[in-house]
Amino acid sequence: MLGYLARRLAMTVPTLLLVAIGVFALVRLIPGDPVQVMLGDAADPAQAAQLRAQLGLDQPIPVQFMHWIAKLATGDFGHSITNNLAVLPLIIDRFQVSAVIVLVAVAAAASIAVPAGLVAAWRQNSLLDLSVVGGATLLLSIPSFWLGLLLLLLFGLKLKWLPVIGYVPFTENFWQAATFIVLPIVTLTMVEIGVLTRMARAASIEVLRLEYVTHARAKGVPEWRVLARHVLPNAFAPTWTLIGLVLGHLLGGIAVIETVFTLPGLGRLLVDSIFARDYPVVQGCLLFTAVIYVVVNLIVDLCYPLFDPRVTVA
Amino acid sequence: MRIRANTAIGGALMALLLGAALTGAFWTPFDPLRINLRARLQAPSSLHWLGTDEFGRDVLSRIMVGAGASVVIALVTVLLAVAAGMVVGCTAGYIRGWADRIIMAVNDALLAFPGILLALAVMIVVGTNKVGLILALGLAYIPSVVRVVRGTVLSIREKEYVEASRVIGNSEAYSMIRHVMPNAIAPVAVLATSMFGWVLLAESALSFLGLGVPPPAPTWGNMLAASRPFMETAAWLSIAPGLCIALTLLGINLLGDSLRDRLDPRMAHG
Repeated sequence: MLGYLARRLAMTVPTLLLVAIGVFALVRLIPGDPVQVMLGDAADPAQAAQLRAQLGLDQPIPVQFMHWIAKLATGDFGHSITNNLAVLPLIIDRFQVSAVIVLVAVAAAASIAVPAGLVAAWRQNSLLDLSVVGGATLLLSIPSFWLGLLLLLLFGLKLKWLPVIGYVPFTENFWQAATFIVLPIVTLTMVEIGVLTRMARAASIEVLRLEYVTHARAKGVPEWRVLARHVLPNAFAPTWTLIGLVLGHLLGGIAVIETVFTLPGLGRLLVDSIFARDYPVVQGCLLFTAVIYVVVNLIVDLCYPLFDPRVTVA
Repeated sequence: MRIRANTAIGGALMALLLGAALTGAFWTPFDPLRINLRARLQAPSSLHWLGTDEFGRDVLSRIMVGAGASVVIALVTVLLAVAAGMVVGCTAGYIRGWADRIIMAVNDALLAFPGILLALAVMIVVGTNKVGLILALGLAYIPSVVRVVRGTVLSIREKEYVEASRVIGNSEAYSMIRHVMPNAIAPVAVLATSMFGWVLLAESALSFLGLGVPPPAPTWGNMLAASRPFMETAAWLSIAPGLCIALTLLGINLLGDSLRDRLDPRMAHG
């Protein structure tokens, strides 16, 4: 187990290194002088020189990179150009909003999708199966931001059950906070149910064909027990790997949802910083998201043997 | 039976999209960019089938032109990603050795990054316009093509007919182009179909965020973004473009399913 852990951890090193190089190169690849771009055309030369020195842009590129990495290692992601706040605390603050939404949505989507896929596979090609697959394909085809707008239109503007704009942290007022994030969560859940149901169904079909299922039925195990005890755990394993991908997909797509619902999350921070040309924050957001994504997939891989004991981690 | 229904509905939806895009390239009921402030925010009527927007522009005309933009961007992006991915994937899978290992390390690192974020990062460098969008999305989706092509090539290159080609004295390059590449096309076709949908969705998401094709040129994404302030009074502005994206994605998903079922009939009939 320790050997596996070490090898799996080592696999993330080249990924993270390449991500770091990419994010570092990003600001250098932007056409024009970044300092000029950040300050605007009418910049005072002395101010420009000061910012250049502050960003370390007056040094050779490899030196800049090493400095940058060294600072990252101590948790120093630099400071925002627009408001001079430290980048990392800002990101962590915003990330909490995104994380709650994404985690609840994935958990909800999985707990609906896996049983739905299993039942559809169990009655493959029946009317029930057809409607589950049809519904999942339909959900898969609806863009999250449109679904969000429609829900907002219905529950916020027409029925006036939920607030349309705003956000309150959970620490301040739990119930009020919940009213602001229930629609984003429902939106993301519905979108992800589509992918996960189809995956769970495909996995269940494979498992239902295996001999141990026939054997369990032949020895008189009740059908529900066959499904719950023999099919579900084995069909869940491939779905579990997909959850890592889904989480990454959501982290990438969260900016759109946060725009629809005007939530102060990480995705919105990234997009706003792109518009404001606040490159330290842009770099920080990209780097942070990549690290989260790598860590999530690491956790998914490490947990895999729990769901599929055939996978040994020797 | 389900395969046929999938193909029929998916095909019909895609035909509708292509028809609208092609027609929109030559003719639209109204000029999609012409501002007419006296006809602002009109509800759908016999004159303006899908109503007018906040500048009095005809929504149907804008949807038709937007369809063209989406189709062109998605098509060029997929072609770019598939072409580049085929070359890189085939090279890696055929040459193997340390070149393969380096290519795949870089590829896996790129794959370990949500596609839309990769596209966002590239957009920052190349700027928000059509060409930038195509480059950004193309680069973001190359890694998945590389992965599929390489996997297929690795299994095909051990087949007897490739061995035979080599034995009778054909060069490695010839064997690869003549015998390996054509057989790697089927799985890529399935991937390309789904990719068309992903790219279309990603493009409209980026346009929705204001990082795609800039207004006034209409795309479904930026129309949807512009509709937000008028959601309560002019709901048709939010419904029409979103419905178009959803129907297009539905068409692509259904076609992709029927293609997959044909190539892997085990999943269709249990």
